[in-house]
Amino acid sequence: MSTVEAPLYPIAVLIDELKNDDIQLRLNSIRRLSTIARALGEERTRSELIPFLSENNDDDDEVLLAMAEELGVFIPYVGGVEHAHVLLTPLETLCTVEETCVRDKAVESLCKIGSQMRENDLIEWFTPLVKRLAAGEWFTARVSACGLFHIAYPSAPETLKTELRSIYGQLCQDDMPMVRRSAASNLWKFAGTVESAHLKADIMQMFEDLTQDDQDTVRLLAVEGCAALGKLLEPQDCAARILPVIVTFSQDKSWRVRYMVANQLYELCEAVGPEPIRTDLLPAYVRLLRDNEAEVRIAAAGKVTKFCQILSPELAIQHILPCVKELSLDSSQHVRAALASVVMGMAPVLGKDATIEQLLPIFLSLLKDEFPDVRLNIISKLDQVNQVIGIDLLSQSLLPAIVELAEDRHWRVRLAIIEYIPLLANQLGVGFFDDKLGGLCMQWLQDKVYSIRDAAANNLKRLAEEFGPDWAMQHIIPQVLEIANDSHYLHRMTLLRAISLIGPVLGSEITCSKLLPVVVNASKDRVPNIKFNVAKVLQSLISVVDQSVVEKTIRPCLVELSEDPDVDVRYFAVQGLQSIDQVTMSS
Amino acid sequence: MSNGGAKAAVASVGAPQPLDWKFSQVFGERTAGEEVQEVDIISAIEFDGTGDHLATGDRGGRVVLFERTDTRDYAGHWRDLEKMDYPMNRHPEFRYKTEFQSHEPEFDYLKSLEIEEKINKIRWCQSANGALFLLSTNDKTIKFWKVQEKKVKKVCDMNVDSSKAMGNGPIVDSSISTSSKQFIENGGCIRNDFSFPTGGFPSLHLPVVTSLETNLMARCRRIYAHAHDYHINSISNNSDGETFISADDLRINLWNLEISNQSFNIVDVKPANMEDLTEVITSAEFHPKHCNMLAYSSSKGSIRLIDMRQSALCDTHSKLFEEQDDPGTRSFFTEIIASISDIKFAKDGRHILSRDYMTLKLWDINMDSGPVATFQVHEHLRPKLCDLYENDSIFDKFECCLSGDGLRVATGSYSNLFRVFGCSEGSTEATTLEASKNPTRRQGQTSSRPCRSLGSLSGVVRRVKGANNLGVDANGNTSDFTTKLLHLAWHPTENSIACAASNSLYMYYA
Repeated sequence: MSTVEAPLYPIAVLIDELKNDDIQLRLNSIRRLSTIARALGEERTRSELIPFLSENNDDDDEVLLAMAEELGVFIPYVGGVEHAHVLLTPLETLCTVEETCVRDKAVESLCKIGSQMRENDLIEWFTPLVKRLAAGEWFTARVSACGLFHIAYPSAPETLKTELRSIYGQLCQDDMPMVRRSAASNLWKFAGTVESAHLKADIMQMFEDLTQDDQDTVRLLAVEGCAALGKLLEPQDCAARILPVIVTFSQDKSWRVRYMVANQLYELCEAVGPEPIRTDLLPAYVRLLRDNEAEVRIAAAGKVTKFCQILSPELAIQHILPCVKELSLDSSQHVRAALASVVMGMAPVLGKDATIEQLLPIFLSLLKDEFPDVRLNIISKLDQVNQVIGIDLLSQSLLPAIVELAEDRHWRVRLAIIEYIPLLANQLGVGFFDDKLGGLCMQWLQDKVYSIRDAAANNLKRLAEEFGPDWAMQHIIPQVLEIANDSHYLHRMTLLRAISLIGPVLGSEITCSKLLPVVVNASKDRVPNIKFNVAKVLQSLISVVDQSVVEKTIRPCLVELSEDPDVDVRYFAVQGLQSIDQVTMSS
Repeated sequence: MSNGGAKAAVASVGAPQPLDWKFSQVFGERTAGEEVQEVDIISAIEFDGTGDHLATGDRGGRVVLFERTDTRDYAGHWRDLEKMDYPMNRHPEFRYKTEFQSHEPEFDYLKSLEIEEKINKIRWCQSANGALFLLSTNDKTIKFWKVQEKKVKKVCDMNVDSSKAMGNGPIVDSSISTSSKQFIENGGCIRNDFSFPTGGFPSLHLPVVTSLETNLMARCRRIYAHAHDYHINSISNNSDGETFISADDLRINLWNLEISNQSFNIVDVKPANMEDLTEVITSAEFHPKHCNMLAYSSSKGSIRLIDMRQSALCDTHSKLFEEQDDPGTRSFFTEIIASISDIKFAKDGRHILSRDYMTLKLWDINMDSGPVATFQVHEHLRPKLCDLYENDSIFDKFECCLSGDGLRVATGSYSNLFRVFGCSEGSTEATTLEASKNPTRRQGQTSSRPCRSLGSLSGVVRRVKGANNLGVDANGNTSDFTTKLLHLAWHPTENSIACAASNSLYMYYA
């Protein structure tokens, strides 16, 4: 047992706690591994700390995860890239644990280290590690191996490259579906490092094997990577090798596979060029838009704008638009909602005429949809529509939809529409807003649900910011201040909340002349909750108004409240008085 | 040895000889007159995929693991060695490995409902790195367990004088850890004021861990909760190694093993109006090979096969298996006894075995016109259905199992009896065994009634009738409805059965 001099004590404790019984302390130590390494020096880090960590592999997952992450940036602490290979040993062990997130992190760290290692070191240390993992007894090692080939491959000599390709091929046919899944999802990474000739032969063979796997989940991942893989190939090769697979997949028995195709199709289009898009991918996409599984239609509908952007307007109008019409009447509300969130983007692609003639009716019918999410999705993209068709045409249909949403019986829907009110105000302009929406904004202040009242107060603040103090004085303040006479104390409380938010926006003058008297008046309310909220609001207004007003109006009012019979009122009043004193002292 | 080829080969030679069952082991045997504690009653039995481990769950929420001992001497290629050296005279033997408390009794305050700790089902998952993984469930909550040998840590040679700490007991110990927490939280005292010499501080060293012994540790890795409004009756792993399902009375949910906070509802049979409810889900299982297929059984005696590829919500089945009952024999009990208590896929994935109150039925998933074989288990109880209804026994849920080679099926009965039937072409094997050290005690009576095969003309549908009035045996004894053998499991590769008689686990081999 040694004793440690005082300045080193914290580090000594940190080191000791690598083996503490308390997991939190072990975690802390692992997170500070770089400190420990610096305290030990590079040489002892290599000779003692790293072997120590390598044996530390039966710890809790949280600790292992932190260790895997720390080791990824550990090269400086072991003496630079020429010693980087010592880090491989502990990470290799971590690549075999059962917890996926630990393995993933270990693989990520290995990739980080491998990409910095010198070529000879890669051949001497990294590639053997990949081969060991790929031949691992447990599937966990083999799963991890798949994510490392793209690091090992480029620097390997020719014979080794052949071997690595063949090992990867075996992993693609492993007995365990988990390994095949990992091989499928990492294939495009590996493919990116393989020479073009082998890419066309070996890698494409693996790809084809994976696409014929009898486990849905493997095929699914093969689809996921095919766009990335396609981009590595020449367009004509992509059209010849990948395209047929995708077209087949778009008619796969499994809806999950088709769902994946619907998500990936657009990216693949970028890889194949215009002609195959027209002949193969467009029909496939149209089929997916009309798929009998709603999930697939949701995915396809969500890509409708992106897809239109790569087509000519004629093709889009001829083939996609009819589907969009059908989707706008789809039996699944989620399909309609997905469509509503992107359909606005089609307008610039189709041009003004086609938009008004064909898209507008769709758009209006979605705006009248019985499902609130659909309407909300349209309203959230209002700026896009406005650009194309102008607000006049829109306002007739827009307003009923907004009014309906504003009164929806689900408060979350009301909340969502309130969030969009400043956007609407911005798009519609002052005049339109005053006529139609002003009343709604006031109505929300007296909603049954607190969250709505709170959001409504916030909304007023944002409107005041948008349209300026003069407008607010004219259109908001009189109506708001009227609430002071409301018989319901919760409504009166909302008023106070609104005042505390609007005050800073409107500035000192209006606050003093209009808002403050109402607040002071409210301090004589019979309900204690109102009174202590008055105290809170006054406190928040201290910074808004002049010092003189503070002394003349706010302080007396707070003093009076500080003698209130209610303990909470007194408490907040005293808090307010204290803030006044602080402001006075500091100024 | 488990595929159809073997089966065909056997069939061409003729039906295999009936197995001669022998007692192998018993765990938790009761002494005469010993009273059984409710919590000790076994409620689930399951072999893992290799047959090297066996798990039981009980009403007290405990899971007990057993490991195979007869093959342990040959690490690595024991299976090959075994086949070469010991062709016949070995049978699976198990020993107690470990146990852990999987579930505790709980109270759902929102619904004012007690949640029992009883383990309803156990399913083994893929093992990795020498650790065992299993899922266990009670009525509401599924848990994912990892059982692993962990080194017993003995840390010595600390930097901070630990002898002093040890000498002064836990008080000093805790003061060290709190002060270190402070350092860590402050952090700066190391980072800012320190310059590290290039060689490091020689006085610092890493703690040394000496550990020679290991300890089996069970750790709950994930809890899949709050997804079932009704009682979970089954869980089943998918062949993709990634997902599993859990089924309650009205719904089946699909989970990813790694994600415990969300599941997908794939089957929902709950009617809009609960008064229209006529049928509940009683059991569900994934196909052993096709990750997209699963089957579930219902209280109306039907089995539905589902293809998850067709749709995200699998409310429509792709195949329906049910047997139309003869309208002439309908009675008040017809529907109750038609309820299927358990289904199991055969290893080949082509057959499904189902158990209802009276029979075992074997179905071919390519033939939905009717079962390929029906085995009478409780026919002798038909006259007593009224009594059985009165004492609720008619609602007992008997499990069933298939041998790894698919040639035989087994299920439990009353009086701690269980029955094994041969289901290969032309087999008339029907053995009744008692869960005791002398399993064939009763065989004299049953073998005196030769099994009769009622093969139909096509030769596809056959019915095997065994002893059909077991209830009133030669001594005039009636079945003991209080001792029932509900849970049993067949070893995946060998002819070995584990079955639960109350709190005792009996194992037999042939």
